[in-house]
Amino acid sequence: ARYRKVDEDFFEELEEVLITADVGVSTVMDLVEELKMEVKRQKIKDSSEMKDVISEKLVEIYYGEEDKSIQHLQLDGEGLQVILVVGVNGAGKTTSIGKLAHQLKADGKKVILAAGDTFRAGAIEQLEVWGERANVPVIKHNEGSDPAAVIYDGIKAAKSREADVLICDTAGRLQNKVNLMNELAKVKRVIEREIPGAPHEVLLVLDATTGQNALTQARIFSEATDVTGIVLTKLDGTAKGGIVLAIRNELQIPVKFVGLGEGIDDLQQFDADAFVYGLFADLGINEEEEEYE
Amino acid sequence: MAFEGLADRLQGTIKKITGKGKVSEQDVKEMTREVRLALLEADVNFKVVKQLIARIKERAVGQEVMESLTPGQQVIKVVKDELTNLMGGEQSKIAVADRPPTVIMMVGLQGAGKTTTTGKLANHLRKKHNRNPLLVACDIYRPAAIKQLETLGTQLDMPVFSLGTEANPVDIANQAIAKAKEDHNDYVIIDTAGRLHVDENLMEELQQIKADVKPDEIFLVVDSMTGQDAVNVAESFNEQLDITGVVLTKLDGDTRGGAALSIKAVTDKPIKFAGMGEKLDQLEAFHPERMASRILGM
Ligand SMILES: Nc1nc2c(ncn2[C@@H]2O[C@H](COP(=O)(O)OP(=O)(O)OP(=O)(O)O)[C@@H](O)[C@H]2O)c(=O)[nH]1
Ligand SMILES: Nc1nc2c(ncn2[C@@H]2O[C@H](COP(=O)(O)OP(=O)(O)OP(=O)(O)O)[C@@H](O)[C@H]2O)c(=O)[nH]1
Ligand SMILES: [K+]
Ligand SMILES: [Mg+2]
Ligand SMILES: [Mg+2]
Repeated sequence: ARYRKVDEDFFEELEEVLITADVGVSTVMDLVEELKMEVKRQKIKDSSEMKDVISEKLVEIYYGEEDKSIQHLQLDGEGLQVILVVGVNGAGKTTSIGKLAHQLKADGKKVILAAGDTFRAGAIEQLEVWGERANVPVIKHNEGSDPAAVIYDGIKAAKSREADVLICDTAGRLQNKVNLMNELAKVKRVIEREIPGAPHEVLLVLDATTGQNALTQARIFSEATDVTGIVLTKLDGTAKGGIVLAIRNELQIPVKFVGLGEGIDDLQQFDADAFVYGLFADLGINEEEEEYE
Repeated sequence: MAFEGLADRLQGTIKKITGKGKVSEQDVKEMTREVRLALLEADVNFKVVKQLIARIKERAVGQEVMESLTPGQQVIKVVKDELTNLMGGEQSKIAVADRPPTVIMMVGLQGAGKTTTTGKLANHLRKKHNRNPLLVACDIYRPAAIKQLETLGTQLDMPVFSLGTEANPVDIANQAIAKAKEDHNDYVIIDTAGRLHVDENLMEELQQIKADVKPDEIFLVVDSMTGQDAVNVAESFNEQLDITGVVLTKLDGDTRGGAALSIKAVTDKPIKFAGMGEKLDQLEAFHPERMASRILGM
């Protein structure tokens, strides 16, 4: 490994690398200040010693004061478990549902999908293809019909077929569209009314290429639907998805899965350590690659 | 905090200056610091911000600001000027081929809005220019992508050319051109599958389509919520395809849209249109000065 001094240049480059990873400028500046103090305290000279210090701090930002255990899906309750999937347009909701259905099925669960996106052209057919791929049934209505009614039917069907998990697709919507956010809240109320304690998970699907707007997405979708976790998609590209640090820190919403491609197997459990390594891998002090894939 | 307007953020520094009637280098430093933060919070790329700040600094210590009675406002004006200039003038023109059909290729990352924009552009060409486009379904990968485009075609009452998912996208594009000639469609808009700029095979597929159909326009479709990665994506698509323009989608949201600036800075290709909603009539000309204000939160 090359020897590199931990000096002003080093911190400047670190700042650039993290901002470039979409961590957000204020988070990065706070972090760098803390790291500088840490370096003084521990009398660190060589940058190779920084790898662990940086990733520890990043993981600390991610978790904040929170309990670190609850990042898996919470689907162990009695009876039908319902997952509601929400997010802005094109983030990867429908695709992630297909992947998730496949995983749950492999775990021995009986899964049903509800085609709650009745708006976008071809959305129902897209979910049906994923249903075929994952070999799970899809409950649908016609394009243009009321999404809450589809979800209602999905619940009925899932109950009568004694399914373990119902995953509800919804149309993409930008969080500043009040009507559409109200529509989503209504869908959630239908689920709550039909099954006490449901939805058991509300997953917000976030595109990793998204910048600072992702924080607003998380905040407003949470207000409408009490988001319980994030699926961070498209991490197979060059984007790093650093904004989820702030989302977890400020809103306490954990990332549960990451999307790493368009194939049915390209969904992995989130791993905070692997993720934060990825954020500053470009700094060139990580001797072994411990990123995803 | 994030997304606070630049004008608001500069208030403090401005107050100091108005009291003094003269701007010191330290004042400029403080002001450019705020501008830098605003740009980064708006997702303008780090390197692009660096270059911009250097230029703004230069102008801010110059006469126009120093001798202004309202140096604070003057600095904001300089910043806005620089952003607007960088983004270029309004350019919603679309090429017209000497011999029809004019061919347009839509390219970009997954989920950016290519298919929707294909429909919107076709609608625009018919409504504003009295044209008769053929839409081409070259996305054989995404589940129901062809169905999506066909549905848009039905909504618009416009023809869609497809050969299913078994055919090769290059063949589909070639046969579509022949079909358009036969049917006297004066525009052909090719919808391609979303792909990562680092996916060599799929990028090569686009290069092959380009080599065969010799498009008059290649539009890179970019989601306006994109963060720092926008420069990598735009630079890479431009290098590999020499795009002719950019369409920025989902501007009906509340993103600051700094990606617009980053893309323009690294490709120097015009941003031609803005997607303003999911419906097929929600495509607008791109307005650089409005975008500059938006990025600054003004
Ligand atoms: N490379 C990559 N592409 C992905 C990933 N997840 C989804 N995609 C692609 O992103 C595009 C959009 O995915 P969808 O699942 O349709 O997204 P959506 O959120 O359901 O979109 P709307 O319903 O239109 O709002 C598709 O081309 C997917 O194949 C991922 O993890 N990696
Ligand atoms: N609000 C809003 N939504 C848009 C806009 N443009 C596209 N969309 C939505 O964004 C999502 C993705 O659009 P598509 O046209 O399927 O994107 P694509 O680039 O073709 O996606 P792939 O083919 O999977 O790569 C859909 O839900 C569209 O309705 C826009 O300008 N505003
Ligand atoms: K990546
Ligand atoms: Mg969908
Ligand atoms: Mg498409």
